[in-house]
Amino acid sequence: MYTGRSLVVAVSIGLIAFVLLGKLFLIQVTDDSYLRKAEKNAIQRVVDHPYRGLVYDRNNSLLVFNDPVFDLMVIPREFHLEDTARFCELFGVEKELLVTNFNAAKKYSWVKPSPLIKQISKEEFAGIQDFLIDYKGLFVMTRSVRSYPQSAASSALGYIGEINASQLNRDSSQYYSQGDYVGLSGIESYYEPDLRGKKGAKYKLVNVRGIEKGAFKNGDLDTLSLPGENLQSTLDLDLQVYGEKLMEGKRGSVVAIEPKSGEILTMISAPVYDPNILTGAKFGQNYQSLNLDPEKPLFNRPIMAMYPPGSIFKIVQSLIGLQEGILTPNTTFACNKALVNCHEHASPTNLFGAIRNSCNPYYHQAFRQIINREISPNTYKDTQIGLDQWGESVRKFGLGERLGIDIHGEKGGSIPSSQLYDRIYGEGRWKYSTIYSLSIGQGEMLVTPLQMANLAAIFANKGYYYTPHLIKAIGGDPSRIPEKFKTKRYTGIDSVHFDLIQDAMEAALSGTASRAIMKDIAIAGKTGTAQNPAGEDHSVFIAFAPKEDPKIAIAVYVENAGWGGRAAASTASLLIEKYLTGEISRPLLEEYVLAGDFIY
Amino acid sequence: MRQKETYFDRIDWVTIALYFALVLVGWLNIYAAVYDEQNATSIFDFSINSGKQLVWIGTAILLIVLIMVADYRLFQNLSLVLYLFFVVILFLTPFIGKEINGQRAWFELGVFRLQPAEFAKFATALALAKLMENPTFDLSKLSYQLKAIGIVLLPVSLIMLQPDTGTAMVYSSFFIMLYREGMPQKYYVFSLGLIGLSVVTLAVENSWYVFGGLGFLVLLLVLASKKSWKNMLGIVLLGLLMAGYSYSLDKVVEKLPPHQQNRIMVLFDPDVDPLGVGWNVTQSKIAIGSGGLLGKGYLEGTQTKFDFVPEQHTDFIFCTLGEEFGWTGSLVMISLFVALLLRLIFLAERQKTRFSRIYGYCVVSLLFFHFAINIAMTIGLFPVVGIPLPFFSYGGSSLWSFTLLLFIFVKLDSHRIQILGRSY
Repeated sequence: MYTGRSLVVAVSIGLIAFVLLGKLFLIQVTDDSYLRKAEKNAIQRVVDHPYRGLVYDRNNSLLVFNDPVFDLMVIPREFHLEDTARFCELFGVEKELLVTNFNAAKKYSWVKPSPLIKQISKEEFAGIQDFLIDYKGLFVMTRSVRSYPQSAASSALGYIGEINASQLNRDSSQYYSQGDYVGLSGIESYYEPDLRGKKGAKYKLVNVRGIEKGAFKNGDLDTLSLPGENLQSTLDLDLQVYGEKLMEGKRGSVVAIEPKSGEILTMISAPVYDPNILTGAKFGQNYQSLNLDPEKPLFNRPIMAMYPPGSIFKIVQSLIGLQEGILTPNTTFACNKALVNCHEHASPTNLFGAIRNSCNPYYHQAFRQIINREISPNTYKDTQIGLDQWGESVRKFGLGERLGIDIHGEKGGSIPSSQLYDRIYGEGRWKYSTIYSLSIGQGEMLVTPLQMANLAAIFANKGYYYTPHLIKAIGGDPSRIPEKFKTKRYTGIDSVHFDLIQDAMEAALSGTASRAIMKDIAIAGKTGTAQNPAGEDHSVFIAFAPKEDPKIAIAVYVENAGWGGRAAASTASLLIEKYLTGEISRPLLEEYVLAGDFIY
Repeated sequence: MRQKETYFDRIDWVTIALYFALVLVGWLNIYAAVYDEQNATSIFDFSINSGKQLVWIGTAILLIVLIMVADYRLFQNLSLVLYLFFVVILFLTPFIGKEINGQRAWFELGVFRLQPAEFAKFATALALAKLMENPTFDLSKLSYQLKAIGIVLLPVSLIMLQPDTGTAMVYSSFFIMLYREGMPQKYYVFSLGLIGLSVVTLAVENSWYVFGGLGFLVLLLVLASKKSWKNMLGIVLLGLLMAGYSYSLDKVVEKLPPHQQNRIMVLFDPDVDPLGVGWNVTQSKIAIGSGGLLGKGYLEGTQTKFDFVPEQHTDFIFCTLGEEFGWTGSLVMISLFVALLLRLIFLAERQKTRFSRIYGYCVVSLLFFHFAINIAMTIGLFPVVGIPLPFFSYGGSSLWSFTLLLFIFVKLDSHRIQILGRSY
């Protein structure tokens, strides 16, 4: 009886076995997410952080190095504290912090190490080293922070800090992970891929309690870290340090460039902060206070501050006029103060005299001829065409757009186009009389100190420049610097036109900036005054020297220091002397600049 | 010339070979589960579970020899005595047993710990066979049905007092044997329907879908059945009953304490409580799932070796196999089990006495239930209940009781010609 049912039982067994095998096939063979989860469970990747590349100046003096700091790690299971007060005293830690960190460590893991005291300096570590053996469950992990032996060049070098969430998101190469240090500004940021090196990794097996159980695949997948590349910067440490000293107590910028190469010799954003304060354990606190400082020390003035170029722009106007054939060395205009205000000098004057005396009416009249060339009978239309042509010529001087220095955050300044005036006044409703202040570098026109220094380099080079940059060699190899820094860029002005300009600039000093004149070195320069509606004008000076074979081109801005001939010209002159001769022969001038009392 | 058949020839060596194959693979896996690369000890080391299991295997072989040399009539004659003995022991267990994990399921005899509920299985099987061996025992009649179920329910209710739900659940497997012996089919159809409805009720969030489905089924049945008022009324009543059941099941589950609710819900969504109830199943699936087609290799499994799966040498021993031998290993192992079960069905069917056949089916039922539920549990097809994988899981009680269970049948089978019973 019921023998047929034995078949039903047998088939049911087969069916259920089939279902089990089917489900097993799904999770074992078709779905590999379990494999990944298993790896996440049992394989722990321990990162071997590479040594970050060092930075040297152009004469191989060290600018940035790595300083070891120590993290005191704790394994909560093994750590017993009988006398908390004594421990805090020995290790120089606040009880509150100790308790907070220890609780966090316990919460994270009972058996895995967590930091108890972070970033103990070498010096502090020497003091506590001997006490370590008295405590079980403590050990030390070495890390490194950046350090700056001369505390100089913070605005060019930048700083590193923990990577933030948005940077992590943007990191398409998946190189970074939470807690990594990356360059956040300056060279540190721009050359991050060269400086950071390559992380190594060790793969370790861990059990369910996180205890190490040996190397994964006998360590075959482990990689060693590769140290980052050392960089050589174009900065001249001596000049940088001296410049920072001169700028002490002032606000403003200094940019010095080697004209022949575009290499930046000095870049100062004053007030200067000590780069060493943005390293190590105090980063957060110090960054906060720098950020809140009303003097804005983190605002990188040489590349971010924008001012009207003022009188210095007259040289650019002269060059455009000469190249276009509108001006010749003999073109004369009367110093007609009815057009625009000027100071007392001989009138009428030729081009040389106009530059030398910085004659405003001369350029008012010359610029009208550059703009209105009667291409169109309609004067509005004619102005529009002229302005845009002029704008094109001006942009070739590296104005109105970013130069492309190797620091992030550079501003481009602005050179107005016809669209801008169309927006402001309406199309066909503006003409030369609306825009004439451009003739003397005022009005809707902004340049950065870096662009000004680059102008000085163009005048020195008689018509070309290299994009200003801070990098001289990567990993000891000068050819590895970005291509854009090796390209000669022409302004479209024939070099013959520069002779007159250079002579006029040299002559100008005796009138407007006699303080800057040196006995043995021929200096060509031009003062400027950036008008400041909020207070005293900014003192501006650009120069290059020696005039016959320029080695340095410089732009100096001193905010609220009045006339360009005093603060800025004196500072520039001292820096040029320092760079060319290595010493200062004019202690009185140095004293004058250091005192910083320019308004009288 | 036919040689005279000896006793050895009548022993079913296929079953014995399958038994030893499973025990051997199980033993190797127990070693893999406790293996520690940094602190590797021999598989024979008695301080680790594989060494201990070897002792259990040795004593199990001793047990086999004892069974094989005993008088085959012993089991038949002692069946009721054994049953009553274990009923008394089970009754006493909650009072004098040792409490482990909130259960009083263990007896301590010196260094050994035995689990009486494991041994009560074969005693119950023997008692059922004894009770039902009389040809007048007709399972189509309610009174006999109740007698058979009563034999099963007595130990079950005592085990529930420990409480050990998993082991108690195992006794429901006797319904497989009862099916073969003539229990009316409609019970099984109804039970399977109820189980299906329960799964659907728990899996589907919105009860109205379940009710809608039921309504549709009722409609289909009404259309398909003979159109009589009696039939239609019956079908509609049945549908309403089912809907009521589904509704109250939802309500009951809602009333359960959260940890028991999670235990059920984790089947449908493993992320319900991944660090709590879900941990076992999640980790077990990760271990098995990471094995791939061919596995990571013997002693190379990371999940089981590093203790990610709890209870991996006992109830979750299948993880070790799944991880280190992959799907291929699972296929081989499941095939071994299916082969054993089919062989046992074949043996049961060739018995001359009802006693031997019923006992044989009891063995099939118990082994199959353990095997299917245990594996289903490790891959998240069944709630986590603490029942071992026969012949595989670490533990003396489990190995001994399954060995006893199986070899009493091998013994009975080897004497099938001598057994003078009534043939039908």
